[in-house]
Amino acid sequence: MASSPSYDLNRVRAAARADTEVNFGFWAYLMSDVVLFSMLFLAYVNLSQRFAGGPTPADIFSLHGVFLETMALLASSLTFGLAMVSLHQGRKNHIIGWLLATAVLGIYFLWHEVSEFVHIIHEGASFTRSGFLSAYFGLVGTHGAHVFFGLIWIATMIAQLAVKGLTPPVASRLARLSLFWHFLDLVWICVFSTVYLPGILAGGSS
Amino acid sequence: MSHSDDATPGHAPTARGYVMGYLAALVLTLIPFGAVYYDLMSQGAILLVIAITAVLQLGVHLRFFLHLDMSQEQRWNTISVLFSVFTMFVMVGGTLWLFYSLYARHMMIGY
Amino acid sequence: MFGKLTLDALYHYDPIIVFANVIMIGAGVLVVALLTYYRKWGYLYREWFTTVDHKKIGVVYIVIALIFLLRGFIDAAMVRGQQATVGAGGEGYLSAAHFAELFTGHGTMMIFFMAMPFLVGLMNIAIPLQIGARDVSFPLLNAISVWLTAAAGALVMISLLVGSFSEAGWSGYTPFSGLEHSPGPGVDYWIWALQISGISTTLTGVNFVTTILKKRAPGMTLMRMPMFTWTVLCTSILIVVSFPALTVALALLALDRSVGTHFFTSIMGGDQMMYINMFWLWGHPEVYILVLPAFGIFSEVVTTYCNKRLFGYTSMVWATMAIAFLSFGVWVHHFYTMGQDPLRNSIFGIATMVIAIPTGVKIYDWIWTMFRGRIEYKLPMLWTLGFLITFVMGGMSGVLLAIPGADYKMHNSLFLVAHFHNVLIPGTMFGLLAGFYYWWPKVFGFRLDEKWGRHSFWGWLVGFYVAFVPLYMLGIMGMPRRMVTYDNPTWQFWLVIAAIGAIIVAYGIFSMFMQIYVSWRDREKNADLTGDPWGGRTLEWAIPSPPPEYNFAVVPEVRDRDAFMEMKVKNRAYERPAKYEDIHMPKSTPLPIVVAALSFFFGFAYVWHIWWLAGLCVLGTVAAVIARSFNDETEFVIPASQVQADEDAFHARLKQADVFTYIDGIQEFGDERTPAGQYVSPTSRATSGAPG
Repeated sequence: MASSPSYDLNRVRAAARADTEVNFGFWAYLMSDVVLFSMLFLAYVNLSQRFAGGPTPADIFSLHGVFLETMALLASSLTFGLAMVSLHQGRKNHIIGWLLATAVLGIYFLWHEVSEFVHIIHEGASFTRSGFLSAYFGLVGTHGAHVFFGLIWIATMIAQLAVKGLTPPVASRLARLSLFWHFLDLVWICVFSTVYLPGILAGGSS
Repeated sequence: MSHSDDATPGHAPTARGYVMGYLAALVLTLIPFGAVYYDLMSQGAILLVIAITAVLQLGVHLRFFLHLDMSQEQRWNTISVLFSVFTMFVMVGGTLWLFYSLYARHMMIGY
Repeated sequence: MFGKLTLDALYHYDPIIVFANVIMIGAGVLVVALLTYYRKWGYLYREWFTTVDHKKIGVVYIVIALIFLLRGFIDAAMVRGQQATVGAGGEGYLSAAHFAELFTGHGTMMIFFMAMPFLVGLMNIAIPLQIGARDVSFPLLNAISVWLTAAAGALVMISLLVGSFSEAGWSGYTPFSGLEHSPGPGVDYWIWALQISGISTTLTGVNFVTTILKKRAPGMTLMRMPMFTWTVLCTSILIVVSFPALTVALALLALDRSVGTHFFTSIMGGDQMMYINMFWLWGHPEVYILVLPAFGIFSEVVTTYCNKRLFGYTSMVWATMAIAFLSFGVWVHHFYTMGQDPLRNSIFGIATMVIAIPTGVKIYDWIWTMFRGRIEYKLPMLWTLGFLITFVMGGMSGVLLAIPGADYKMHNSLFLVAHFHNVLIPGTMFGLLAGFYYWWPKVFGFRLDEKWGRHSFWGWLVGFYVAFVPLYMLGIMGMPRRMVTYDNPTWQFWLVIAAIGAIIVAYGIFSMFMQIYVSWRDREKNADLTGDPWGGRTLEWAIPSPPPEYNFAVVPEVRDRDAFMEMKVKNRAYERPAKYEDIHMPKSTPLPIVVAALSFFFGFAYVWHIWWLAGLCVLGTVAAVIARSFNDETEFVIPASQVQADEDAFHARLKQADVFTYIDGIQEFGDERTPAGQYVSPTSRATSGAPG
């Protein structure tokens, strides 16, 4: 595949730099996503007390479930980081392995979140019930949708690594996927700190 | 302006860096979850703990996972984050401040 | 199967709408027939539909803008006609619903489908050339953006035929735009047209931030960037951090309307004020997104046609950044009357007034650039002068409206309408038209006709005053905006004058199209052989008109703020290397039109709740993007021999026009110290073909 592996590895590592044109461009896109999420957080905070006689956070949130989701997503940040370490070492199979681990954790997170949604809706607390629930599903659902697209992207990259090998363009895409995945974890920190923990807290003591 | 050479590898991340970041993030997650689960303090104090650990954890992620600093490689990324945080602060903070007054004057809280 | 779409959607009770549809379909059929008859489809597909060349993409943007300029103007003229003829207590020739569609359509089209595409078109044409780049950072994304804009425009167009357009005003305030009060498809068309064009704009913003920060020619530091590049950088940053607010506001409104959530409803815990807040969180930065690049164009024009360096470049840069920063802190002045306390209103009022300071800095910088310069009163200079005077007036009425107490009286009146037209028409439209004339020869290789251009200028300027000064009067007299009829007979006199103003503006628009036609007819006579028709100062004038696909045969080295002027002074303009090199350029691809078509059908399907089609479109888009990501062979090579041949031809033209003698004569950067006797007007040289 490569006539001069050491030279190619340098090209691969250069393609993963944060300041290449395309990686910086993706970062600029992420900045727009920051604003997008901040608007959804804004909607949530504004509507967080508007229950319209319906369920409150304490009725529907489970600390146990959120904790598992948080742990899964945090661990997936670590596994993706280790995939990037493997990238810099030029170990293709290690990258695929760590990506698979990340995907498993991501799928676990998403599966948990979706079953939580189904459970909540089943109890009659769907997104049409109140302003609070609309905002909750809007914010957490958008994050979940991002995780879903991240999983599609991981699958695509595993396929590209298998088909093309660790070429500079593939490394460059992996660098952007890593930004995206870590960004999702950042958003999740804000989600559990704004939505779940204060919600459960307010229910617990009143 | 400086162009990064086609074949200049950037700063290489290390497994040690990621594990350290992970452990720090883990601790900063366990603290607020623990505070809520065991109901350790008054509600206001717990909220404060949640806020502080969240901000700290955001910093940990930005530093250890996204590798932001003022080095040549990361400078523009860091500047963009600072600018976005600033505008976010103005837009979200300004709105909350505005609506706080609106809701108070219209007696719209909690309806 | 077809959701809410039935044949009833095609039935229009209003004869005017039927007539408009006949015209629209007739024009469409005519265009398709002509293209088929002249066998142009292959050419269009190869050269335009699949291109990723920023110059052609810029042209497509401006074509879209001109089409919507006509449609938006017709809407405005019909609104003026209704109010002028209805008389006190009358019925008029328009129904209330149709009238509401017209003012909604006018605002929506002029902002999203005229001003924005026009602006982005000029950005596309000029920015890579000004910074010495061969293309933007992401040419494919750029092509996707332009065709997404076209798809969004097509949604607006199709709403005329299938169903109806929104009646909720261009800002679509809830709860009126909610399902309860606007059950028809109009608001949904509006949502998806804005959503798709907004996403296109966000991608453009990302693209140009990266292009300007990462693709500048060697030697072009930030403080050596041309003013237009600076303003576009600030505008692009504003786009990236403000358009997502619009995206969210529209998405949540769409959810309210389609799946029954309660974000912006007035029942079940929704908050209608949140929509208005979110809309203006985007909407106010949007005003500066529109106006800053126009400021940049005026800066280019003033320096070129006064043949001087820009006065106070550094202050201009800081003023631009100050305006960009402040634009995030003033959105509340769009809804002082919402019910927050006077403290909040005062703070946002003061912040609003503060914006007048950096804007004033800019005005003085332009005036001081002109001071003791040899102003050539070419068309762009006329637009600039018209802008300076008119815009200052509009700014003044803005400072007045910024006072919350006064705004309580004026808001929602025609005074407000007069104010924002008074800033946006000179501040954006005049700038766009100046840039249109200024960069036209660069794109097409011939200059625009001056005489018809002057007709256009006077039509716009006089028409503007006649149309909008009466609206200030009416606003002070208490007339609200958006009135289909009224019962105060004293208003009609002023409304008739305003309608006459609209007719004068119509002459300006007509003259602009005549100008294009006449210039195209006389393109041989107006040909720009040298690529530098105005004695330009920035890099875009260093290359042939029209530029080759790769723009620069050799990437230039920048040593001064006025990069090309420095080359002329130091006699290193048009320098040729010993040997040319192969150039890699991105390949054309049909992906952008595929994505745009899928977006159009997605929007259409969502409007009519045809969920299976919407789902298919999403799947198709994801599949197309993934398939594309497997393709790493996205570039082709222009051989050095081809570059060499292009350059030989260009240099032959330069010799023919005797450019080198002219350049030898340039010893100064062109400022007030140039002795009057030695001054050579670059324009007279270009027209006479010999140095003066």
